[in-house]
Amino acid sequence: MISGIKKLIKDFSLGELRGGLKITAKELINKKITVQFPEERTPISPRFRGLHALRRYPNGEERCIACKLCEAVCPANAITIESEMRDDGTRRTTQYDIDLFKCIFCGFCEEACPVDAIVETQIFDYAFVGSREGSIIDKAHLLKVGDNNEQMINDTKLEDAKYR
Amino acid sequence: MIAFWQWIHALIPWFDGAIATVVIILIKAIALVMPLMLVVAYFTYAERKVIGYMQLRVGPNRVGPKGWLQPIADALKLMTKEIIFPSKANIYLFLLAPVLAIAPAIAIWAVIPFDEGVYVANLDISLLYVLAIGSVGVYGIILAGWASNSKYPLLGALRSASLLVSYEIVIGFALVTVVMIAGSVNLNDIVMAQKGSILNWYWIPLFPMMIIFFISALVETNRAPFDVVEGESEIVGGTHVEYSGMTFAVFFLAEYANMIFMAVLAVILFFGGWHSPFEGIAYLESGFAWVPGIIWLLAKSTFFMFLYLWVRATFPRFRYDQIMRLSWKVFLPWTIVWIFVVALMTQLKIGPWF
Repeated sequence: MISGIKKLIKDFSLGELRGGLKITAKELINKKITVQFPEERTPISPRFRGLHALRRYPNGEERCIACKLCEAVCPANAITIESEMRDDGTRRTTQYDIDLFKCIFCGFCEEACPVDAIVETQIFDYAFVGSREGSIIDKAHLLKVGDNNEQMINDTKLEDAKYR
Repeated sequence: MIAFWQWIHALIPWFDGAIATVVIILIKAIALVMPLMLVVAYFTYAERKVIGYMQLRVGPNRVGPKGWLQPIADALKLMTKEIIFPSKANIYLFLLAPVLAIAPAIAIWAVIPFDEGVYVANLDISLLYVLAIGSVGVYGIILAGWASNSKYPLLGALRSASLLVSYEIVIGFALVTVVMIAGSVNLNDIVMAQKGSILNWYWIPLFPMMIIFFISALVETNRAPFDVVEGESEIVGGTHVEYSGMTFAVFFLAEYANMIFMAVLAVILFFGGWHSPFEGIAYLESGFAWVPGIIWLLAKSTFFMFLYLWVRATFPRFRYDQIMRLSWKVFLPWTIVWIFVVALMTQLKIGPWF
């Protein structure tokens, strides 16, 4: 009887509705936790596998020796390599293309590489515009990514090395 | 004021009679519509911001400082977009529909008294005018649904028509109680009857009617949680499906102008219109006497407009049959009972309001 009256009062005073409104009113004044992306970034693990890069030795010589292990291990067949003998008798790549549409960012190429030439960086906010061909990045592009981010690549690989 | 018109007359002799009347009405209309469009634009910004905040987001904050230019950018985008006509649609009706939606939404503002003596038209039957013009607005939506020649718009239009029929009755009955207490259907007189103090406003004796009026206003303006006319998750976008660019923007303007109108009407009927809430309180009344009435009216309507957004951010959408049940089985009996209560009280002179 008493509970019936209580329910009646609650129903007619729109109790449930007021409860809902109270929750949203509370959230209205709560602190917002949105990360304003281009200005603020969330922390990224050193193991993050982002855009690819080809590295160089400190003396400027490119690391890649065209062993094609990465091409062989790539589960998505995203890597295409052509190689040739350079004038000084070393084996070097003439073509090193990665199709970013095919790539699944598994990191196997990085694991397979005996000279740590191909790596995956922390960069994830890249974009290619235009045709499908825009998704294929060539050797010059990969080397440029590596040159521009050598410091970052070095730091993250060093940090991760402890756990390998 | 009269001296001003004599001065104008002396300056331009032919500016008199019919021409003067038309020009003055035009100026008044422009002075009303321009700020209204601005308020509509920034109401959409406020909506996105408030709902964003209630969902723990920050809302638009990229265009201009704190996103203040967002509505301008939206307007520019809509103006430059292509208007696509469905190949099997009736193009004349298709274009007539937005016009029929926006015209009543703006015309209805003519009778609103913003302050003592500040209005475009002082009709003796302004409340009836509001009811009549308010119902015409639905023709725009019905016509849009019909002219689009497409399933979802037609379903939206049917829903809109039946909702309007159901809730027009409820709103009408809720307004009858106000009219009975005020003894007039002139909005000016209704506001004047609430003069004196915050306790004289009709929200106290007509509290249930105010709730019912507000909820019915949500239905009439197709707002969440009663937005089954658009019902994104059910019928894609309802009557808006085939509309793009400026034709869509016009529907949008009409909807928001109606929302703001309903907020202002609620203030006029239940919250004392332009009267200051400090009337009848010593010191506070004289201390706030310098504030013009229009500021009070807008401040009070802002609360109702905020309530629209608050409700939208809180409640899930009603099912169609639930809305119908709410109208016919809950609101209608309640308003009728309340009409009898108010009628008895006014006739027997019980209580301070009647």
